[in-house]
Amino acid sequence: MARIVGGIGTSHIPAIGLAMARNQCAEPYWKPFFDAYAPVRAWLDEVRPTVAVVVYNDHGLNFFLDKMPAFAVGAAPEYRNADEGWGLPTLAPFAGDAELSWHLIESLAAADFDLTTCQEMLVDHGFVVPMQLLWSGKRDCPVRTIPIHVNTVQHPLPSPARCLRFGETLGRAIEAWSRDERIVVLGTGGLSHQLDGRRAGFINRPFDLFCLEKIVDEPEVLARLTIPELVENAGTQGPELIQWLIMRGALGPVVRQIQRNYHVPISNTGSGLLLLEKAA
Amino acid sequence: MNQPDAPWGTTIFDGRAARRGYALNKMCYSFNSGANRAEFLRDEDAYCRRYGLDDLQRAAVRNRDVLAMIDAGGNIYYLAKLAGVFGLNVQDVGAQQTGMTVDAFKAKLLAAGG
Repeated sequence: MARIVGGIGTSHIPAIGLAMARNQCAEPYWKPFFDAYAPVRAWLDEVRPTVAVVVYNDHGLNFFLDKMPAFAVGAAPEYRNADEGWGLPTLAPFAGDAELSWHLIESLAAADFDLTTCQEMLVDHGFVVPMQLLWSGKRDCPVRTIPIHVNTVQHPLPSPARCLRFGETLGRAIEAWSRDERIVVLGTGGLSHQLDGRRAGFINRPFDLFCLEKIVDEPEVLARLTIPELVENAGTQGPELIQWLIMRGALGPVVRQIQRNYHVPISNTGSGLLLLEKAA
Repeated sequence: MNQPDAPWGTTIFDGRAARRGYALNKMCYSFNSGANRAEFLRDEDAYCRRYGLDDLQRAAVRNRDVLAMIDAGGNIYYLAKLAGVFGLNVQDVGAQQTGMTVDAFKAKLLAAGG
């Protein structure tokens, strides 16, 4: 049977990908940020997941406003990256696992989550930056991937409460999969940032730290927040926290924190890192 | 755009904004393609007209005025692709929107580290 080995919350800021492409990771601005990933990479080397379910939001590579799904699940044999328009190098394709994708789709649909299914899906920085952060340096990415896109572009967005429930259902579906897989769930994006408007540059360290603490043992506290409350406290792009809530939901009620880090600023963002294991 | 529930200095990109900004955002979405970026640079206004931008949107693009683009329905994720055409990043865009120099805007971000 498949087993969830853990969950990782991580930023997916494009500037991280640019810093890696430009070999700037050891520079003073970047070093503390990248150093925090070393224990997480060591954990991955030890646990050796076979599949990563990557919860992210597309920022205008695969989806435009002509069609904007609330939840879209990749169901493809591979996922290609492509030019996003501002200089991030295009990476090699990532392997998928279409059979597992359809199992997850069927399970989520049976629990009344209406999904968009994607047999072709370009993956943008929201997906590829975390993959690079966690597995770069490997010649071939050692995991198959299931991308799950959540709409955080065009309001109304899925509520935090619905996302936590989505994650709980996802977790049960993963563990009902009959194959012997070790599966890690990534919740990407956040934490507080606002790119647009006169309030651009808004970062809320106390709120980010509150979220990093509550998501471990009391995710329902965060699930009670509304999207307007997230915008007010974490900026216009702060609702990306809902992707972390899906990851957290998938792990079940009791978890063990292995690693937590918070670093401000990376680009315009308060960046969080969290590694959780399911409690035995 | 009047959004009484939004925090100060903040526009919620909702259905109304998405309708208002559709042409502008669609043009910016086209900048995922390098060929389209080059074509835009050859004749910006012709490219804007082809995508059906209205007068306010064309003026905002001509003036590189990000706040005016947002007022005209622009979404920052798509506008970032327009900024990318000019080699600008989100700190450049943030500085412009807040009326700061880029260095001052970066210092403000660093100060958020507390």
